[in-house]
Amino acid sequence: MLSLANPTRFLGIADRVIPWLAALTFLLLGAGLYLAFFVAPPDYQQGETVKIMFVHVPAAWLGMFGYTLIAIASLGTLIWRHPLADVAAKTAAPIGATFTFVALVTGSLWGKPMWGTYWVWDARLTSMLMLFLLYLGLIALWQAIEEPGRAGRAAAILALVGFINVPIIHFSVNWWNTLHQPASIFRAGGPTIDSSLLTPLFIMALGFTLLFVLLHLIAMRAEILRRRVHVLRQVHVERAAMA
Amino acid sequence: MKSAWALFCRDLVLTWREGGAIGTALGFYLVVVAITPLGLGPDLNLLSRIAPGVLWVALLLASLLSADRIFHNDYEDGTLDVLAMGPLPLPLVAALKSLAHWVMTGVPLALLAPLLGLLLNLPIEAFPLLMLTMLAGTPAVSFVAAIGASLTLGLRRGGVLLALLVLPLYVPVLIFGVAAVSAASVGPASPWPPFLILCALSLASIGLAPIAAAAALRAALR
Repeated sequence: MLSLANPTRFLGIADRVIPWLAALTFLLLGAGLYLAFFVAPPDYQQGETVKIMFVHVPAAWLGMFGYTLIAIASLGTLIWRHPLADVAAKTAAPIGATFTFVALVTGSLWGKPMWGTYWVWDARLTSMLMLFLLYLGLIALWQAIEEPGRAGRAAAILALVGFINVPIIHFSVNWWNTLHQPASIFRAGGPTIDSSLLTPLFIMALGFTLLFVLLHLIAMRAEILRRRVHVLRQVHVERAAMA
Repeated sequence: MKSAWALFCRDLVLTWREGGAIGTALGFYLVVVAITPLGLGPDLNLLSRIAPGVLWVALLLASLLSADRIFHNDYEDGTLDVLAMGPLPLPLVAALKSLAHWVMTGVPLALLAPLLGLLLNLPIEAFPLLMLTMLAGTPAVSFVAAIGASLTLGLRRGGVLLALLVLPLYVPVLIFGVAAVSAASVGPASPWPPFLILCALSLASIGLAPIAAAAALRAALR
């Protein structure tokens, strides 16, 4: 991690890694999508709609992964003052929010044929919605504070507060849901997934994870370059003002 | 200890003399609760069933109205810089200011709640527990609001941003607050388990939120 603290060295490594990572990501996603849509059998109960799962589950997983990544990066900002930590946190937020949004939308589309409605206030759905709102808050805070140093620290504090709250929110939403309506949709235990579905799901999850890392690396590279351009512009303006 | 008490009293007196803050929050609370039946229809059975939820949601919104004032005036006139360099640790300063916000906003709102409960046909038997629950839950509201207030200090449109940042964090307080009041008004479950969890949430917020707020204040003041 320390060797990555130098942004120039990070850019060098990123430039070398990104093409290979991109190739691997598209290979895995291509294979995963092929297996999911053409090889995996339709579910005996859910029919072809079960294929939504191959997008929905990895997206939901990465939505949570993204917030965890932000929380770890926030520790890096607050404790070690790692110069790349707030770049990592800032750029991960929109990506994580997008994956969470994809999970919500695909879940909603899956819900219509399965439950007869686009939205139910199920505990899991509600927790994901709250996670999405936490993401929106983080992004809004980043955009509201102009000075990058303060924005980084403020967003890091908010991310950690949110990270402590996510399990509490999940627990309370579980309580709330069992209080209001008995679990009628999700059976306890649930059906175990057959390996013919599990293998493509696993490949898709891996592909999505690589996609997240790839997008994150590209976004971090862009953010570092953007900050450099910003500094160069400032220097330019100051010089022009001096002359 | 003496300076902590002095700071606390100063905040109370300033809020009181500034006027309007308490009145605005109470008026907003009244308006939100009064306007809800107009949107839902005058069915008393329905209203008494949703009364705990309406009262709690309106209380959260009303206490957020004044939340951005917790640090705002002291930040504008430089008092906060003095406090940050003074003998009191900054988390304690944040805690005292949150406590003052609770006394001046949370407590009046909780005391007004039974009156608004009448409008929503909440059973009278539930009133003591309604007040008790709100008194137990509003510290969490004020202390978490202080985190939002310190993060959005000095920003344009900070108030709206504050609501966006803080409202998702209120989900647990809302759920257990409503659960306790609902259990008291319609039963059949005991109201005490959610009430105790609500107390735990408040205590955890009192203990942890000032640390986060102080860290955010340091970031804003540098």
